[in-house]
Amino acid sequence: MADLSITNINKYYGAVHAVRDISLRVPEGEFVVLVGPSGCGKSTLLRSIAGLEEISSGDMMLGGRSIGNLAPRDRNIAMVFQSYALYPYLNVYENIAFGLRARKTPQGEVDRQVNWAAELLDIKDYLSRFPRELSGGQRQRVAIGRAIVRDADLYLFDEPLSNLDAKLRDGMREEIKRLHTQLGKTFIYVTHDQIEAMTLADRIVLLRGGTIEQQGAPLELFEKPANTFVAGFLGSPTMNFLPVSVDAARLHLPDGQSVSFNASEHGHPAVKDGQYLWGVRPEHFARSDDPEQSFQAAIEVVQPTGSRTYGSFSQGGSHVVAELDAHAVDLANRTVGLSVAMERTAFFDQDSSRTISPA
Amino acid sequence: MKRWDKGWRLALRTAIAVFAAVLFLFPIYWLAAISIKSPDEIFAYPPVWVPGGFDISSYITLFRDGDAWAVWHSLVTAGVSTVLAMLFGTLAAYSIVRYRTGGDNLAIWIISQRMIPPICIAFPVFLLFVSWQIVDTYTGLILLYTAFNIPYVTWMMRGYLQEIPLELEQSALVDGLSRWAVLWKVVLPMARAGLFATAVFTFIFAWNEFLFALILTGSEVVTYTVKVTGYFGSQSTFWSKIGAMSMLGVLPMIFVVGTMQRFIVRGISMGAVKG
Repeated sequence: MADLSITNINKYYGAVHAVRDISLRVPEGEFVVLVGPSGCGKSTLLRSIAGLEEISSGDMMLGGRSIGNLAPRDRNIAMVFQSYALYPYLNVYENIAFGLRARKTPQGEVDRQVNWAAELLDIKDYLSRFPRELSGGQRQRVAIGRAIVRDADLYLFDEPLSNLDAKLRDGMREEIKRLHTQLGKTFIYVTHDQIEAMTLADRIVLLRGGTIEQQGAPLELFEKPANTFVAGFLGSPTMNFLPVSVDAARLHLPDGQSVSFNASEHGHPAVKDGQYLWGVRPEHFARSDDPEQSFQAAIEVVQPTGSRTYGSFSQGGSHVVAELDAHAVDLANRTVGLSVAMERTAFFDQDSSRTISPA
Repeated sequence: MKRWDKGWRLALRTAIAVFAAVLFLFPIYWLAAISIKSPDEIFAYPPVWVPGGFDISSYITLFRDGDAWAVWHSLVTAGVSTVLAMLFGTLAAYSIVRYRTGGDNLAIWIISQRMIPPICIAFPVFLLFVSWQIVDTYTGLILLYTAFNIPYVTWMMRGYLQEIPLELEQSALVDGLSRWAVLWKVVLPMARAGLFATAVFTFIFAWNEFLFALILTGSEVVTYTVKVTGYFGSQSTFWSKIGAMSMLGVLPMIFVVGTMQRFIVRGISMGAVKG
């Protein structure tokens, strides 16, 4: 089994500590997405696995072999680069065959593999063309083709879709996910785009400042973020954070309004009376006129997207975005009553920003 | 724009192009003309613009007396030193670009070697070559021209190699190539235009070199540049032999530049954008 296991990896660039003591286990066949803001160390980690960066300390095992000190070509890893890295002087066929030829594969086998990949990626008609004659999406397919024809233990993707326009990106995302299912190989995929991370991953590894903030299934991270950073990073529009106080079965908002709140009934048994940072996603709001459950909000900006409408308002100095029904806001009278799906919200410690969980 | 206006512009442009071409090609034409003129025509006044006959006796003399070997000597020294300078210079440039060898300033230091006026080192080099006993040999000239051209090649190739995306090489490394194989299969094909352009200019430099060839050669390995000057005499000057020998020296250049033209143009413009 070609499991990947990374133990206590560190990477320094001079004085900069880019990867801090990261350990990670990736069982064979899993689709792992490394995600985080720029400079979080995700690309460095990926490139270290590929052998393109030398790690400062730690060890990496792939399929039982220690690969930390091997040259890139001896690791049996395939990689798709952000810039596609196609050779402009070779046609599509030769680009895809490049890795096979580097490994002295017999011509018959090269032919079979290249044709298989071209079929799979729907680029059969372009095999004799040169990269400059292809569109961005087609080039991306060729780059993916070049990786998948190799019988590698591990497939790495370094922001492969970030050079494509939005529409193409959606399509390719789906294809990459389908490809993963078809091949059954281990994929490690780096992106800064949380939508890509959510949609593609079996497991998201969210990094910040060279360390892993949280890892788990996409919905697990989305619904049970460990801290405000994770909560804010995933989801678009981003989660709203409000300083609130809980007191006598009421939740007091920053501007003084309050709604009824029952910690145990609403699935937050660890939340006692006190001050919290309250995490509410835009979709947790709904129109309501129930005086017990709702508060009044004066919507300042209305952004209809067609199916839903985003309304932003200010809550005692905090900026809040609510996702409402398309026609929820009457432009003439913008003050609306809003209720919150309490059980889906999150409570964080105001000082540590960590989520409040049963001790 | 009116039709006749367009026509005038085209005519003007063509006229300028023709004028420039004539200006640049005339010396070569004149050289060729002298080499086949009869002695009377060479000294005639007013000048004879078009030779009356086709007198190739000067060429025959050059080949009969063995003077034409000078062109071969030039070809060997320029050719071999170009190959060597390209090899070492390109490797040095790759090392500077990809491994940051020598930090930021090594490349500048290397090219600064070319700023020394050659005459300043002519005599030290001569004495050195005497002690090494390589005066008047292929080895001596090839060694010298290679040493002269390595800085130029390093500097030029550094510019071309910098433009090759790092990811292309990294992708090849992951795909299974060694560093040397990457150099051979990715870097050199990517830098092909720059490689040819640099090689042509390196060759031209060695081909035209006169000062050191004059000092370091005597009778065995005489390059054509030195040979030509031998026909200037205090008593008489052999114009037709000068013309003929110069033509023998020009023809290989015309061939080299002609065949490499598309690389040279692309290589120069590549260097012009960045580098």
